[in-house]
Amino acid sequence: MSNPANISTSRRDVLRAGGAVAAVSGMASRAAAQPTEISLPVTSQVHLQVNGKPQTLELDLRTTLLDALREHLHLTGTKKGCDHGQCGACTVLVEGRRINSCLSLAVMHEGEAITTIEGLGTPDNLHPMQAAFIKHDGYQCGYCTPGQICSAVAVLDEIKAGLPSHVTTDLTATPELSAVEMRERMSGNICRCGAYSNIIEAMSEVGGLTA
Amino acid sequence: MKFDTPATTNPIDQLKIVGKPIDRIDGPLKTTGQAPYAYEQNQEVSGVAYGYVVGSTIAKGRIISIDTEAARAASGVISIVTAETAGPLGLGSMNTAKLLGGPEIDHYHQAIAVVVAETFEQARAAAQKVKVRYAKAVGKFDLVAERANAKLTNEGRGERLTGDFRTAYAAAPHQLDEVYRTPDQAHAMMEPHASMAKWEGDKLTLWTANQMIDWGRGDVAKTLGIPKASVRLISPYIGGGFGGKLFVRSDAVLAALGARAAKRPVKIALPRAFIFNNTTHRPATIQRIRIGCTPDGKITAIGHETWSGNLPGGKPENATQQTQFMYAGPNRMTATRLAVLDLPEGNAMRAPGEAPGLMALEIAMDEMAEKLGIDPVEFRIINDVQVDPNAPERPYSQRQLIKCLRDGAAHFGWSKRSAVPGKSRDGRWLVGMGVGAGYRGNPVAKSAARVRLDAAGKVTVETDMTDIGTGSYTIIAQTAAEMMGVPIDKVIVRLGDSDFPVSAGSGGQWGANSSTSGVYAACVKLREAVCKAVGFDASKAQFADGRVAVGKKSLSLGEAVGPKGLVAEDAIEFGDLSKKYLQSTFAAHFVEVGVDAATAEIRVRRMLAVCAAGRIINPKSARSQVIGAMTMGVGGAIMEELAVDTRHGFFVNHDLAGYEVPVHGDIPHQDVIFLDEEDPISSPMKARGIGELGLCGVSAAIANAIYNATGVRVRDYPLTLDKLITHLPSFA
Repeated sequence: MSNPANISTSRRDVLRAGGAVAAVSGMASRAAAQPTEISLPVTSQVHLQVNGKPQTLELDLRTTLLDALREHLHLTGTKKGCDHGQCGACTVLVEGRRINSCLSLAVMHEGEAITTIEGLGTPDNLHPMQAAFIKHDGYQCGYCTPGQICSAVAVLDEIKAGLPSHVTTDLTATPELSAVEMRERMSGNICRCGAYSNIIEAMSEVGGLTA
Repeated sequence: MKFDTPATTNPIDQLKIVGKPIDRIDGPLKTTGQAPYAYEQNQEVSGVAYGYVVGSTIAKGRIISIDTEAARAASGVISIVTAETAGPLGLGSMNTAKLLGGPEIDHYHQAIAVVVAETFEQARAAAQKVKVRYAKAVGKFDLVAERANAKLTNEGRGERLTGDFRTAYAAAPHQLDEVYRTPDQAHAMMEPHASMAKWEGDKLTLWTANQMIDWGRGDVAKTLGIPKASVRLISPYIGGGFGGKLFVRSDAVLAALGARAAKRPVKIALPRAFIFNNTTHRPATIQRIRIGCTPDGKITAIGHETWSGNLPGGKPENATQQTQFMYAGPNRMTATRLAVLDLPEGNAMRAPGEAPGLMALEIAMDEMAEKLGIDPVEFRIINDVQVDPNAPERPYSQRQLIKCLRDGAAHFGWSKRSAVPGKSRDGRWLVGMGVGAGYRGNPVAKSAARVRLDAAGKVTVETDMTDIGTGSYTIIAQTAAEMMGVPIDKVIVRLGDSDFPVSAGSGGQWGANSSTSGVYAACVKLREAVCKAVGFDASKAQFADGRVAVGKKSLSLGEAVGPKGLVAEDAIEFGDLSKKYLQSTFAAHFVEVGVDAATAEIRVRRMLAVCAAGRIINPKSARSQVIGAMTMGVGGAIMEELAVDTRHGFFVNHDLAGYEVPVHGDIPHQDVIFLDEEDPISSPMKARGIGELGLCGVSAAIANAIYNATGVRVRDYPLTLDKLITHLPSFA
C-alpha cells in the first residue's frame, strides 16, 4: 500500500485513512492476496472570510468553493443546480464580485472574503433585494433564488461601476440601468420556474428604475 | 366531506384573504437561503455519507461483468451496491424501467451502481473506477423509423370516433392536412433529483425531492420490498418538478440501498449531466391533423392522430387529448399510437398531452383560418362549443374561451396585426403577431388535511401536499385563515411529510384546487368541533377576527378551544360532477415576435395570456405560475429539443448548456389577465387549475407570430433560425 505525499497530513487524514482501511476489510481475503492502492485525499488548509466571519477549513483539494460552503460550513443557501457553471444557482460574491462557486476550487480563495445569500440578509432583517423579490414574486420553487439575488445585487453594482455588457451600445459612456441591461447581465442565472419578468421588476425597484 | 353537488355560499366567499395577492409565506425563508431542500437536511442527520451513481453507457443490452475492486479500494469508499448485491428489488407502480439496472440494460444512463464514500469527492472519484463490460444489443431509437410499427393504445381512448370523419372530411369544401413534429423535452428543474436516506432498524426515512408523497412512499416500499408503513417520506421544499419529480427515481432508491449497505445515512444528488438520460422526459410526437370547414369557417370534420414512442410498458404522449373537446364539429376522429423505443423513459411533463398537442393543433387552426381568409381569433370564436362535442348532453361547468380571446385581442392591440405575413417591419426586425388558444383539463383528486387550533388562537395545518414553487404553502394558509377567521400570520402550514394526511399532491394542475378543498373540509369539521365545545349552533356561528360568535355571544378562539386546543381531520372526496360536466381551463395567448431579417434570430417582444380558471385563490402566485409556463412555452417554441443519437440511443445534449432553456435575455415583460370567475361545480373553493394552463397554446402562438412576421411556416419544433433563414424574404 503506497502512501502518497500529502501536502499536509492532519489528524483528520489519519482518521480518514483508518476509516478507509476498515471499509475494505470486508473483502480482506481478496485484498490480502492482491494488494490494492489506497490513495489518501490530498488536503490543504484554507482560510476564508465568509459573511464577515473567519473560517479555517481542512479541505480536499478537489472541493469546490460551492461544496466548501454547502457541505463543510453548512451554508446551504448557495445551491448546486448543475455543478458545471451552466445555471448560476451557486452564485456568490467573492471580494465583491459575483462568481459561479461551482467552477472554483475552495483552495483558490485563500484569505478571500465570500458573501453568500445568508450574508446578505435574514428572514427578520432582509436585504432590500430579498424584500423586493418577495414583493414582486421573483421566485417560485426557490432553488435558483439565492443565486439570482446574489447576481442581482452584483449586477446593480456593476452597472453603477460603469462596467459595460454585451448590450451596452456606447462603451465609453456609463451604462444605463435598463431592463435590457439587467436581462443581459442576469442571463447566466437560469430560473426554470420562469420568474424572469418578476425578477427584473424587483431589480428595477431596488435600482430605482421607474418603468 | 363528499363534494357531489355544486357548492353554495360558504365562508370562502367572504374573500377577506382568499383571492388576495398575498406575498408567499415561504418567501422570507426562500429568499434568504434558509429553506432546506432534500440534500440539505443537515439538522436532521449527522454522519452522512455521500453516494455517487454509476450509469450505463449503453442503451440496450446486458452487463457481462462489473468490476468494483478498484473502486472499493479507493480512498474513503464505504460500500458499493449493484443489482447483484442489492437483493431482490421490485418495480415501482409508477416506473417503467428499473431504477437500478442490471444485468439487463433498458436505457442509456440507467443506474447500475452506487458508490458510497466519506466525501462527495471520494465517491465521485471512486465511481469512475467501476469497470463495466457490456454486451450491446440492437435497439430502436428513431421515432420516424418506428412510426409504421406504432400501435393504437387505450391511453387517450385509442381511436375515438364521433360522427363520420372520413366522409365529412372528404366532402369539406376547405381542407387542411398537415403533419407536425414536437421533440423530446426535458423538465430541467433547477434542483437536481436528490435524496437523503436514514435507516433506524427496518424503518426508512427518506428526505427526497418528490411532488407526490403518498405515491412515492408506496413505490419506495414496493421497490425495496418493505411495508409501506416502514417508509417515511419528507419533502418540505422542492426545487421545481414540472412532472419530473412525480415519481420515485434512482436517487431515492440508491440512497436507501446505499444507506443500508453503509449502515449510516447516505445522500445522493443526481449530477446534472446524468439527469437527462437517467430520469424521465416528455416524449417526442409526430402529429397529423386534418380539418374540414365550410366557407364561413364552421368545422365539419376534425381529425388528430399522434405517434410517440416509449419503453415497453410505457405510455404514449397523449397529444390528442384537447382535440376531443376543444372545438365544435360533428365529425371527429382522434387516435393515439405508441411505438416501442429504447430511449430513456418517457413520462409526464407539465401539461402532458395538451402541451405538445396544442403546439400542433393551434398552428393547424392558424393555417386553416388563413386558408379561409378569416381572422384566426374569429375562426376560434366561430368554432366555440359550450358542451362536450361528443356528448352534447354534457355541458362545460364554465367555458369563457371567447371572452379570453376577445379581451386579449383588445388588450394586445390585435387589430394592428397585418393579415398578410411579412408586411410589418421595425428596423432590422420583421415583426409579427400570433394567437394560440389554451385548453387544459381540470382534474381533481381526493385530498386530506389535519387542522389544529391552539389556546393562543393559532391554526396549524398539516397535509402531505407539496409546494414545488406553486404557492401551496400560501394558498393553504389563506384557505385556513379565511375559514377560521384569523389573520394569515396566525396560520402555520406544514407540508410534504408522509406522517401527515394524504393529499392530492402536485401534478396535473389539480394540486391547488384539490388540496385547498381538503383544507376547507378539515376546517369545516374544526369549526363544528369549536362550536360543539362552547355550545354554539355551528350553522349560525361566525368566525371572524380571531373569534367565534353567535348573536351577541362571542369568544376568542383560544378561549373557545381551551388549553388543550382542538384538532380536526377530514378529506374532500369528489363525486361524479366531473362526469356530468366537462371541466376545463381556458386561455388565449397573444405574442409579438421580431425576426431579424438577415440572420433569422427570433426575439419574443410581447406576451399576454388571458386565463379563465375559476376563482383565483392568490392572483400573485397564480400569475407567477402563468408567466413561468409562458416562459417554458418560449423554450418549447424556439429552443428546447433533446437531440437523439439514433445510432447509440441517447440524448446527446444532456446538460444545461446543450439543452437550452429560456434565460433572462429571452423573456420580455409578460402580462396576464384572469377572468373574474367562480366555478361552484369544480370544488367548494370554486377554483380550477392554473399551473399547466399557462403552457397550453403559447408555443403555437409564438410559431404563428413567426409565420406572421416572415411568411415562413415551420411545423417542426423548435423553430430555430436554421429552419427559417433560407426561406426569409430577400431584402435590399
